[in-house]
Amino acid sequence: MPEIVPMPKLGFDMAEGKLVRKVKKEGEAVQKGDILAEIETDKATVEVESSVSGVVKGWLVEEGQPVPVGASMAVIGAPDEVVDLHVYRAGSGGAAPAVTSAPASASTAPSAPPVTQPSVTREAGTPSAAAPASPIARRIADEAGIDIHLVAGTGPGGRVTKKDVEAYLGATPAPALPRSPAPAPVVTAPEDQIVPLTRLRQIIARRMTESKQTVPQFYVTTEIDMAAAMDLRKQINALLPDERKASVNDLVVKAAALALRQFPNVNASFAGDKVIRKGRVNVGIAVAVEGGLLTVVVKDTDQKPVAQIAAEAKAMIARARAGKVQGADIEGSTFSVSNLGMYDAENFIAIINPPEAALLAIGAVREIPVVKDGALAPGLRLKVTCSADHRVTDGAEVAQFLQAVKKNLEEPLRLLVG
Amino acid sequence: MPVMTIREAVSQALWEEMERDPNVIIMGEEVGVWGGTYAVTKGFYDHFGAERVRDTPIAEGVIVGAAVGAAMNGLRPVAEIMTINFAFLALDQIVNHAAKIRSMFGGQFKCPLVVRTTSGGGKQLGATHSQTPDVIFAHFPGLKVVAPATPADAKGLLKASIRTDDPVLFIEHSTMYQERGEVPEDKDFVLPIGKSEVKRQGKDVTLVTYSKMLQITLKAVQQLAAEGIEAEVIDLRTLRPLDMEPVYESFKKTNRAVIVEEGWRSYGVGAEVAARLYEECFDYLDAPIQRVAQKEVPLPYSAELEKSAIPNPNEVVKAVKAVM
Repeated sequence: MPEIVPMPKLGFDMAEGKLVRKVKKEGEAVQKGDILAEIETDKATVEVESSVSGVVKGWLVEEGQPVPVGASMAVIGAPDEVVDLHVYRAGSGGAAPAVTSAPASASTAPSAPPVTQPSVTREAGTPSAAAPASPIARRIADEAGIDIHLVAGTGPGGRVTKKDVEAYLGATPAPALPRSPAPAPVVTAPEDQIVPLTRLRQIIARRMTESKQTVPQFYVTTEIDMAAAMDLRKQINALLPDERKASVNDLVVKAAALALRQFPNVNASFAGDKVIRKGRVNVGIAVAVEGGLLTVVVKDTDQKPVAQIAAEAKAMIARARAGKVQGADIEGSTFSVSNLGMYDAENFIAIINPPEAALLAIGAVREIPVVKDGALAPGLRLKVTCSADHRVTDGAEVAQFLQAVKKNLEEPLRLLVG
Repeated sequence: MPVMTIREAVSQALWEEMERDPNVIIMGEEVGVWGGTYAVTKGFYDHFGAERVRDTPIAEGVIVGAAVGAAMNGLRPVAEIMTINFAFLALDQIVNHAAKIRSMFGGQFKCPLVVRTTSGGGKQLGATHSQTPDVIFAHFPGLKVVAPATPADAKGLLKASIRTDDPVLFIEHSTMYQERGEVPEDKDFVLPIGKSEVKRQGKDVTLVTYSKMLQITLKAVQQLAAEGIEAEVIDLRTLRPLDMEPVYESFKKTNRAVIVEEGWRSYGVGAEVAARLYEECFDYLDAPIQRVAQKEVPLPYSAELEKSAIPNPNEVVKAVKAVM
């Protein structure tokens, strides 16, 4: 019996994934455990392993196509098995990717160079050929005097269907100009690159816009003397194996987690007519990955020793960068940190990661002249800026929260006993 | 209107036509004393007598060959071939004689012959007794091929087949004799041969089918309607001459089609209807036309395997979703 490979569910809220790359092509032999495909979810790109051995009889969805969880992606069968893909194709797949077409103005002359299809700048898996259009779609487009290339196709394989053209016509006023051929431009400037949004980019765009538009955010900055913390870090790292060595970030995460226990409003979410103070302290750590960022989450951060925080964070960050993040890695954060210290950023302001009420932006530990006992002296200082949701908390509270963070780092033994 | 089974509707059509026209006779295996394998001619022998209801040897070539001769000489025979699988034994008489006599004799002879037979699988009768080779016969010009799906169509089309001067292969489905439906009482209720009919109106997709698959298709349509897809269903009723007008009309509205047939996909009804749609309606096409048909195997004896080889409503639903 042929085996169907469905779109796996990789997180409790995952509704669909995008097939980014067919690692095994049609007709290729596959062993159980081999990487079959790469898929992109809202949060990460992950590899899908084959659960059976056999031969890939066929792919039911195209690269670049979003596929609902559970829908069939491929059929694997015995080498000599004859499989009628039609039967499987009929029920598979979701909507094809909406090809992002350039919203060129209606007066674009049809004889001008064809609108560059977004696939030119190949994001992994986008189809390279121009999306096909059905005859009826072409005919309606012709009669309406529009260029079929301007219409995003939602049919199988991105086919432009009648529905798409009708939707386009419904949304676009009929072009004022008849399709009189205009002279072709003589000089062509380098064309704009049109880069379709990856799933991750789409999510970031949506969530950050939502945060900035709906959350009244305010910002409090403080400077922390890191001399003692850096000294302690050196001492404990001397005792720890590489995979458990603590970074500056791990120390700040621990310091923030301990402070969050004292300030439950900062470890909270706004929920319309109420505030939810989170029972657990789970600090999320923003990780730059290709094409965006992910937040990996150290669960119960306040309860864990620094070395354990370090070990967990290291493992999750490595997975995130390798595109192999697991569902549990990126779920459940109650507060987040973002660190640009490694890029020498002195201080910056970050956008809250909804529904969290606050986020700490961490700069670089810098050696600077400081005034100590009335005299200039070299000092190690760190600036952090807390962004907070004013619906949940206020400036005074956040400033006190930062004082607690500062105290935990300036008297760093607190990090070891807290 | 009275409600009756397809068995009763076929029987009534035969009875009324025999009453109306003394030239109508019946011949075949067990049609007389026994009353027919499917009990369609029960009581005919006693009422019309051995002259007009003739039991024959088990020799299909003889049955159709004798019927062709009778038809050429002025009778209107209704020859019964127990199942279409046995019609292969009379293939020469059907496609080389009956189908060609009128044109080869330049109209000097006619062949007003009806060959009644049953087609279709689903009764665990094995690979040789369960086939749906309707299209083989529809391939030949000169022969009309009728395959109704409802009691009313069965009655109206059988009466038309008996009254037409051309040979007709009249295909009943072996598992549908108990299907019920309203049937007009009018003794001259005659339906035109070669007219497809819209059995259900819809705007989203055109489903083209005939015979038993009409039932399967209508079941699928209910499921689709629950999901908001309104399918138009067209019953071809006649495979030759094939009436595509309602199909074209529907397709120009829906731009999508699925053809459902019980026979094999290769060279089948679906292939023919799809090809004509591509030829005539190319500019209206919004998605590749889908075909639902029997799996390409000799039909298995095992009940489960047989069931899985014959199209079911889920396959129709899947095919419709593939074109949406």
